[in-house]
Amino acid sequence: MSLEALVTILGMAAVTYAIRAGGLLLADRLPRTGFVAAWMRHLPGAVLAALVAPAVAGGGIAEAIGAAATLGIYLLSRNLLAAMIGGVLSVFLMRMLGLG
Amino acid sequence: MSSRPSLIAIPDSFFLGMRMFVPVALSIAAYGLVWGVLAGQAGMSALEVFLMSALVFGGASQFVALESWTPGQLPILAIVVTTAIVNLRMLLMTATLRPQTMHLPMWKSLAAVSLVADENWAMTMGEYAKGRGGVAFLVGSGFCSWLAWTGSTLIGRLAGALVDDPARYGLDFAFTATFIVLLLGMWKGKGDLVPWLVAALAAIVTAKLVPGNWSIIVGGLLGSLAGAIVETRKGRADVA
Repeated sequence: MSLEALVTILGMAAVTYAIRAGGLLLADRLPRTGFVAAWMRHLPGAVLAALVAPAVAGGGIAEAIGAAATLGIYLLSRNLLAAMIGGVLSVFLMRMLGLG
Repeated sequence: MSSRPSLIAIPDSFFLGMRMFVPVALSIAAYGLVWGVLAGQAGMSALEVFLMSALVFGGASQFVALESWTPGQLPILAIVVTTAIVNLRMLLMTATLRPQTMHLPMWKSLAAVSLVADENWAMTMGEYAKGRGGVAFLVGSGFCSWLAWTGSTLIGRLAGALVDDPARYGLDFAFTATFIVLLLGMWKGKGDLVPWLVAALAAIVTAKLVPGNWSIIVGGLLGSLAGAIVETRKGRADVA
């Protein structure tokens, strides 16, 4: 294991734990109303949307169909595992058919 | 006997949390396998995979880190900063857990939040709303999640040589699929539409223009700001 890898992993672990502990320690001081509170409330969803969108938009028709299948199955069943398997399976089938 | 004080008394809700989390852990293990395979292809050793999964314990940030994992010339600072931004949502998650940790000594709460991740946090909050949940439930489901993530990423790394090309089986899509589902689970109403659309569009445009992980940062910040602007303006309009 290289030193740069160890330093990177420990750095990632340290900032992530600091964030986890920070929320707990700051809980009583974070604003509950107003602009900053609204901004923080919207941050998790926005980060996830920003994470997912380029992966779907930058992919081909297989990724588009996969995303639609995941969405559809989740809305119908509310089952995380079923939606995930459905999405992966449709991407696999699309690529097997050479439509990736 | 419950009245007898004991150092190793583990509350029932710890085991309840573990049991209830098993179906979610299976899905985590599915994309954990994928991450392990991809980590091997990016040049990570099995020890590095184990340490990162065990200590960082943040799937989204670990997927993002792989994109810049270039052994020999790791952009250490860039990876650490991106990790912080992707994981910043955890600040809100542990802040919302405060009412459940109030009665505990701070050091116990600080130890417990090291096992907070998206899925077990969401489940604990859901249970708490029904009058259950609590720190032991959080730690039980978190431990189950940690085992699934650390174990599956390590297995993926070790078995990676057997799967010549995970993309051929659509396995690379498991991550996208899981996060689509997590995102849908966060839907609270129409107020989410604007921030999510702004975040998605900003991220797509940024990803086309700039290499690396900037799309997550730009999209996340612009989307959440848009949400806050719409919400506070609407609030003022309601008052007026």
